Amino acid sequence: MGMTITEKILAYHSGKKYVEPGEIIEAKIDLALANDITAPLSIEEFEKVKAEKVFDPDKIVFVLDHFTPNKDVQAAENCQKVKEFARRLGIRNVYDGGVCGIEHALLPELGLVMPGDVVIGADSHTCTYGALGAFATGVGSTDLTFGMVTGRLWFKVPETIRFVCHGKWRKWVTGKDLILHIIGMIGVDGALYSAMEFVGDAIYELSMDSRFSVANMSVEAGAKNGIFHVDDVTLNYLKDKTKRGFKIFGSDPDANYKEVIHLDVGKIGLQVACPHLPSNVKDVEELTNISLDQVVIGSCTNGRLEDLKIAAEIMKGKKIPYGLRCIIIPATPGIYLEALKKGYVQVFLEAGCVISPPTCGPCLGGHMGVLAKNERALATTNRNFIGRMGHPESEVYLSGPAVAAASAIMGRIAHPEEVS
Amino acid sequence: MRFSGRVFKFGDNIDTDVIIPARYLVHTDQKILASHCMEPIDKEFSKKVKPGDIIVAGTNFGCGSSREHAPIAILGLGIPVVIAKSFARIFYRNAFNKGLILLESDVYDHVQEGDEIFVDAKEGLIRTKDRELRSKPIPPFMIELVQSGGLLNYLRKKLEREGGLG
Ligand code: SF4
Repeated sequence: MGMTITEKILAYHSGKKYVEPGEIIEAKIDLALANDITAPLSIEEFEKVKAEKVFDPDKIVFVLDHFTPNKDVQAAENCQKVKEFARRLGIRNVYDGGVCGIEHALLPELGLVMPGDVVIGADSHTCTYGALGAFATGVGSTDLTFGMVTGRLWFKVPETIRFVCHGKWRKWVTGKDLILHIIGMIGVDGALYSAMEFVGDAIYELSMDSRFSVANMSVEAGAKNGIFHVDDVTLNYLKDKTKRGFKIFGSDPDANYKEVIHLDVGKIGLQVACPHLPSNVKDVEELTNISLDQVVIGSCTNGRLEDLKIAAEIMKGKKIPYGLRCIIIPATPGIYLEALKKGYVQVFLEAGCVISPPTCGPCLGGHMGVLAKNERALATTNRNFIGRMGHPESEVYLSGPAVAAASAIMGRIAHPEEVS
Repeated sequence: MRFSGRVFKFGDNIDTDVIIPARYLVHTDQKILASHCMEPIDKEFSKKVKPGDIIVAGTNFGCGSSREHAPIAILGLGIPVVIAKSFARIFYRNAFNKGLILLESDVYDHVQEGDEIFVDAKEGLIRTKDRELRSKPIPPFMIELVQSGGLLNYLRKKLEREGGLG
């Protein structure tokens, strides 16, 4: 019996020829990540077990991206604690201040994740790196401590659901629409404990930025990881980033799947997830009477250059109406700089947007755009749970960049054709 | 691994932003986290619940973020066990790593808020006032983990054996 790409990566990292779903294995990890929320807990655990070293200081990364630039004294002290710890243990991959970006956009950009890697992160959207053909999954702080100290972690080998996508993409539709459509179809626990594997002609046409969005939100379907195969698009993306060798894995033709789902992407329109679940998905056309107080374009799902490009194209020469806040958050300093060079930042400023430094900020109701009672936002982020962006009686709708930009101009949920 | 306590019922897809909203994640103190547990959907929860009480929920409990603050907040209220139809996977690992026991069962459909129930986690047995239910067995690996005092105790012992080296 053959293996899926996920099974192969896990087998290789646990020194086995063959693994199968359900099996518990201990795998070597190539990278362990934590942020300003989860690292402090991990560090407390590290101290409790009286560990003295991490397995490899160069394979540990701290990204201080959630409540930064520090929103209050406690946030500042948490960051301070992480930086002191890193200094003491010789961990150099610490990102704060002007070199900080949202972790899941930053790590691939810096070439810290390679195909075939096993990556754990104390952040649920660690699954984003599956876009590069890596096995990447979110864990809690205790698991992370274990991984940081030993360089290994136990995993249950997941079953895999294979999504075979074909057909021609419609205008404005991106990876975000594909993943929202899938979550709408299978539900927020539709891939619980499973791997989601994305293949097919339509997938190979997707840009890297769109693939990151898809892999990113696999956790919103309950998945352990989302994964893509390495192709020319991946290799091209990695060209100037590769600092170390990597191994490419691929699913065998006779691999075993829990389920194989075929999708015609030509049937997928612009998708919006309504409050309060990412699976409450509707076509944008059904929602064009929903007024908005805030639009956020950013996050580890859609704060990349492709997203800003789409938004800028739509907003060019237009104005945000009075009473609406539109907050644009380039996900990394690198993306910010490119957006500046390409003129997108100017388009946004002229339209009346607020440009935030790279941060998670409003995505988790942290800062930089928290909602008041009864306020309603549309965001390119990934979660719209009760109170996610602020007050428990506020509402969040989720979409891709095109709908977000058009909605910002119209002051209500809108289709991009309405403004172009 | 036997418990008995009052039931507090929650529905499907109770996510980590509900269990502990992100704005409190600047804290790592268990008491502070516990005092805000479930706040977005029940402001009084942390005041009503007593040590030993049990959370009973629908599907996909704990979905959302990887914040370990979620099981820490629940444990901080003295709740030793959560019984749900299913759990989100990161929450599942985190709970067992922290010593919060999770059982998969549809007890939700058979109890009322406030009912007293008895749970034998190792046997996978749940007794309500009028029936006896079985939960999915906890994987042996997880039982081992809990019995060795959680993942960190296991790590501590390993480090003692190996002289503090990773
Ligand atoms: S942008 Fe949002 S979802 Fe992504 S890591 Fe930050 S808080 Fe989490």
